[in-house]
Amino acid sequence: MHPFVLALIGGGLVGLAAVMMMALKGRIAGVSGILTGSLAESGGERIWRILFIAGVIVGGAIPVMLSSDFKPPIPQSGTLLTIIGGLAVGIGTGLGSGCTSGHGICGIARLSQRSIIATCTFMAAGFIGVYLLKHVFGGV
Amino acid sequence: MPTQKIGQQLSALVSGLVFGIGMAISGMTNTERVQGFLDLAGAWDPTLAFVMGGGLIVTFIGYKFVLKKPAPIFGETFHLPTKTDIDKTLLIGAVLFGAGWGLVGYCPGPAIAGLSYAYPTTLLFVATMIIGLLLARIISRRL
Repeated sequence: MHPFVLALIGGGLVGLAAVMMMALKGRIAGVSGILTGSLAESGGERIWRILFIAGVIVGGAIPVMLSSDFKPPIPQSGTLLTIIGGLAVGIGTGLGSGCTSGHGICGIARLSQRSIIATCTFMAAGFIGVYLLKHVFGGV
Repeated sequence: MPTQKIGQQLSALVSGLVFGIGMAISGMTNTERVQGFLDLAGAWDPTLAFVMGGGLIVTFIGYKFVLKKPAPIFGETFHLPTKTDIDKTLLIGAVLFGAGWGLVGYCPGPAIAGLSYAYPTTLLFVATMIIGLLLARIISRRL
């Protein structure tokens, strides 16, 4: 299947997961927020978040078990860049209260002004980040 | 455990599974492809726009129906974000997030879904991302 078709189907499934989460449990399917809560909350509030994260990990493995075409290539960033990127994504989504799923999908679907502005901002920062990486510093 | 509680925990697990399957099928676990989307000045790869598009169409229509109901199936209320202000914390956070996303090609969802492939880079990224998320809780109290 063409990558665009797979992207549309995969994106549709992510949307379906977001709708299920709201319909069944009344929660936003935002990965950064749920991940933080899986560490910071306690009791049942912690358990459902751990289960969601476990589901994402196992879910990620399922298509790969069916076809190795779904296995992504090894990420190319070096150790230092990975550490800087991981910290920036963690601190950034923590401060900005959301990531691509929480703001970009769930928030925009609710037409939240905060999420629309957050999404435009992190997209723009992503474009600039890649521009500097690929075209100014020539890859690290 | 009452049915309500079991239903809540199971719905989180099943939603997570569907989310992870979607991530793996969509191509977002491929950091090269994500960076290709963010690389406007290079050989631009539009794949990610289809992921966002597919996700948004389903969520937009689905939420319209779901949020008309008085409550979720296994819960008392819909927990919707209440903040509406566009403050500097939101903008600083979004800039940092976008920069990190561009540098490595991972945002939180695909990085978590990608853990199952056990690549050292993915493990390191998720570990430092978790440290970052916990640091943000300390930083946001001081901003």
